[in-house]
Amino acid sequence: MDAKDILGLPKNAIPIAQEKKSRPPKEPQRKPDGISREVYMLTGGVAPLMPSIDASQLKKRPPSDEKVTWQWLPFTNSARKDNLQLYHWVRVVNGVPPTGDYPFAKYNKSVDVVKYTDEEYEKHLTDPKWTKEETDLLFDLCQRFDLRFVVIADRFPSPRTVEELKDRYYSVSRAILIARAPFPTDVAGHPLAKEPYNAQQETERKRALSMVLSQTKQQERKDAEVLAEAKRIQESRMLAKRDTKMPKKGHYDGAEEQELPSASDAGTENADRTALPSDAISPSTAAPNAAADNATIPASLRMLRVYLRTYALEQMVQAASSSAGLRTINRIEQTLQDLGVNLKPKVPTKAVCAEHLELRREILTLLNLQKQLQYKEAEGSSLRDGSYADPPGTPKHSYHAGDQDRPFVPEPLSFGGDRVGKRDQKRKANALPPLYLCFEFSCRWSCYEQQHFLISVVLFQGPGRLSEAPSSPATKRARKQKADG
Amino acid sequence: MPNSSLTKKHGSDRPESSGSVLKSQRSKLVQSSGKRLKDFEVSVPIVYGNVAFWLGRKASEYQSHEWTVYVRGATNEDLGVVIKRAVFQLHSSFNNPTRVVESPPFELSEAGWGEFEIVITLYFHSDVCDKPLNLYHHLKLYPEDESCTMSTKKPVVVESYDEIVFPEPSDAFVARVQNHPVVNVPRLPAGLNLPSPVQVEDVEKRKRGDTKDSPLTQWFTNFSEADELLKLAAARQQVQAHIAKLRRQLTLIDGQPQQSKPTPE
Repeated sequence: MDAKDILGLPKNAIPIAQEKKSRPPKEPQRKPDGISREVYMLTGGVAPLMPSIDASQLKKRPPSDEKVTWQWLPFTNSARKDNLQLYHWVRVVNGVPPTGDYPFAKYNKSVDVVKYTDEEYEKHLTDPKWTKEETDLLFDLCQRFDLRFVVIADRFPSPRTVEELKDRYYSVSRAILIARAPFPTDVAGHPLAKEPYNAQQETERKRALSMVLSQTKQQERKDAEVLAEAKRIQESRMLAKRDTKMPKKGHYDGAEEQELPSASDAGTENADRTALPSDAISPSTAAPNAAADNATIPASLRMLRVYLRTYALEQMVQAASSSAGLRTINRIEQTLQDLGVNLKPKVPTKAVCAEHLELRREILTLLNLQKQLQYKEAEGSSLRDGSYADPPGTPKHSYHAGDQDRPFVPEPLSFGGDRVGKRDQKRKANALPPLYLCFEFSCRWSCYEQQHFLISVVLFQGPGRLSEAPSSPATKRARKQKADG
Repeated sequence: MPNSSLTKKHGSDRPESSGSVLKSQRSKLVQSSGKRLKDFEVSVPIVYGNVAFWLGRKASEYQSHEWTVYVRGATNEDLGVVIKRAVFQLHSSFNNPTRVVESPPFELSEAGWGEFEIVITLYFHSDVCDKPLNLYHHLKLYPEDESCTMSTKKPVVVESYDEIVFPEPSDAFVARVQNHPVVNVPRLPAGLNLPSPVQVEDVEKRKRGDTKDSPLTQWFTNFSEADELLKLAAARQQVQAHIAKLRRQLTLIDGQPQQSKPTPE
């Protein structure tokens, strides 16, 4: 079937001519047999996703001594514990049905989560940062969710990061493993003992990764350019060093020497940067004049002979937010938009760029203060009514994260003193349900922090803002379903 | 002793700059162009973009628009004092896709039907900078909003403002452009002696490179720094006010940790 067939065009004369014309002068690869030309053209010469089977293979007759039938037979699955019997179609050769276990049962892997006794806990596992209850709960969740730590972190009632949970789990498993072994050498080769989990490194790794992934094409291109330039400078410096044996007079040496420090600064800086992108291009901390962090131009810029103001701004924004997470950066940009400020200035003069950076810095301060305030409030409320199983201190699970996160929503919103009081009343009124709802909601959705943020926006951006209408759990449930669907 | 000034023709008033000396100096200048001014930067405000006219009834399948892509001074001053040459890299389907414009105004007109990214590479005079600079402009032919019908009278204009920054410029360059309207030169540090300015080339020989009388001038966008600054100042005020409020609330909570609720009133 061809487009020409569909259009009812004559198949001979014209199509042949077109085919001849459209064929490239030299065919890079021959089309494999068994794929129609049209389908092959769609792949653009890229290897096909599906293996192609030669049509002649399909027509081959099976050996004549085999008599193959398909039968609807019952089977049991050893991976199931309930002995449920189901039926399926089975290929039966010469009347002998296949024996053995259900072939997919082997994919049902479960994790051996260690069990510890109370005595063992007391002896080896106490940790000032963890209570026994929390540890028990963690191991229970680990068993239930097969070590899917992202899910576990979502379910976990207190604010623990994935890394903290992993750290606790692996350190406990390790301690038990070592404690139970008769000789320490017996378990030395065990992966748990050999390679202890390093939470700090993991956190760092994830931060660096998200940094790299959030880089734009242009930034990557600029980075490559800067690296190439660094290499060029290094080479020319080597040449210059070789040349110093032949004395040259006057300014030439002087100029080279003047350039050396800054160039080498930038060079090492860049080497660092590629190794650890999250640390971006913080101006060399050793330099005493690098005090005003935002105002100074990053070293990578200083070594460039020429650059665009917008590029410099990008670099400085990146440097300033290198310590912040992706979520915080998103929130800064959201706030900028709410304030009606362009994310990238339209007229990026030096003064505008400086103001823009200052504004970003202030917003960061603002967000940090908000976080602090939320935390303090939560602390206060959990002190007041101790019935709370899960402290609502975490902004991601927090019930009222939305209206606090976006202080500059275009519509007028009062930040009067009654805000706190109102919310407290409300929380007392419908006690647990809304919190619980939010919590479950975020579990079902999200693995990543940004999504938490998105959810809070979805939930709280709706027409009935929390600060206006005291909503009952029922309406919230309705809204949740809507968002869910 | 400054050695950086490149005298292409004449105009140097220093006695020692005879031709042969200059030539030998120039070879060194490739590596380091004279004395550089530390903690000092010179910037050139530019606008780059395109103006595209729809051809209306005259439009053919492959030539529906006539467009001009350009790099101009933000106030339409002549960029020729700084930029020596601009290279426009067009889509590979054009004839000779690499177009070199050797003199200001740095603009290029073509006809076509499609939008694509144009890479504009700027080369500078040798006393300015030996490195080229790339600009990326996405050629725009079709109006953004659907409601706006295509008309042959009103072109589609897309422009970006930016500034070319030369950190640590050579003193000769600063001396040459110090009073030129196209360049932003901050106040020179006290006690700095600049060499006497030297022209890059004969002014009389050059045609005018500014874009003040360009037929496209009426379509150029006005970029106002003041508006932008005002907007930013307003935003900062709002944020600062909010920060102050949060600080108050925080101190209130800290002040009465055992109280039922912190009500800042």
